[in-house]
Amino acid sequence: MCASAARLRQLLRLLTLATLLTVTAPAHAIDPTELSDPQLQQRYRALSQELRCMQCQNQSIADSPVGLAGDLRREVRELLEAGRTDAEIREHMRARYGDFILFRPRFTLQSAWLWLTPVLLLLIGLYVAVRVIRQKAASVEEEEADSPGRSS
Amino acid sequence: MNRYLLPAAIFAGLVAVLFIGIQRSPTKDVISSPLIDKPAPVFELPVLGAEENFSNASLAGSWYLLNVWGTWCPECRNEHDMLLEIARSDRLPIVGLNWKDDDMAALAWLIELGDPYIVNAADREGRVAIDWGVYGAPETFLIDDQGIVRYKHVGALNPAVWQREFLPRLPPLQSELQP
Repeated sequence: MCASAARLRQLLRLLTLATLLTVTAPAHAIDPTELSDPQLQQRYRALSQELRCMQCQNQSIADSPVGLAGDLRREVRELLEAGRTDAEIREHMRARYGDFILFRPRFTLQSAWLWLTPVLLLLIGLYVAVRVIRQKAASVEEEEADSPGRSS
Repeated sequence: MNRYLLPAAIFAGLVAVLFIGIQRSPTKDVISSPLIDKPAPVFELPVLGAEENFSNASLAGSWYLLNVWGTWCPECRNEHDMLLEIARSDRLPIVGLNWKDDDMAALAWLIELGDPYIVNAADREGRVAIDWGVYGAPETFLIDDQGIVRYKHVGALNPAVWQREFLPRLPPLQSELQP
């Protein structure tokens, strides 16, 4: 008993360590560049998380070590330092690489279903839930009506 | 019976959506360029192996290919024979964009394998490649006499791609106009 508890504690400790490591590691792993202005730096981090590395398609340019991702980060930095807004920088990238480079796709006629489906599913779920609950309530009432002797 | 109908329909719908998703999942070949039918980005870069600059603005009024390559790119070696063949056919000039390469290595490559290009622009920092939305060499753009990008091929050129995608888009030869 005591041995297994100690084992469990050890496992928990390992898990905690692993979690901490995965949470902290990627923050500055790939790109050590720091912009002079901390506000720009913050926007730079956020933007480079939002842009897809076109070569390794399931990583952002912030996470990817490949050459093109580095070039795109440089482009983002230069645009930031030139005073462009986040929206302008996203558009700058989209004009060159297409919608695919944006991890958060724009709302267009084509992508409407992508944005609206979750809302639609939620509404359907709500409708079903309400119906089920009402049915349950109705059947409970019926049962109570069927056996009036018990309640009195 | 009816209580299975709705879940079955939902399941069938899900299968359909996922199937379409898998069919159209973006592989590297499929990502279409937003540059198609837009004016080609103008650039000015040092000429590979020369003390001068080249700008694609100087090609205004003529059709040309822009081929993005590098000696670090194995597929570029695979398409090189095709480029030589296109150059020999004399249909249109090929401009090379030597992407993030070592000048010496690139020049040696052209001496070893032959030079299909009218000129090679050395994009050592990869800035022009970004303007053209390049994400993996080799890539080949077809630009018309108005300076409009008409087509982009990602991956190695080969006779099949050339016949299927490029030739039909080219203006007809004089000899084809007067049979």
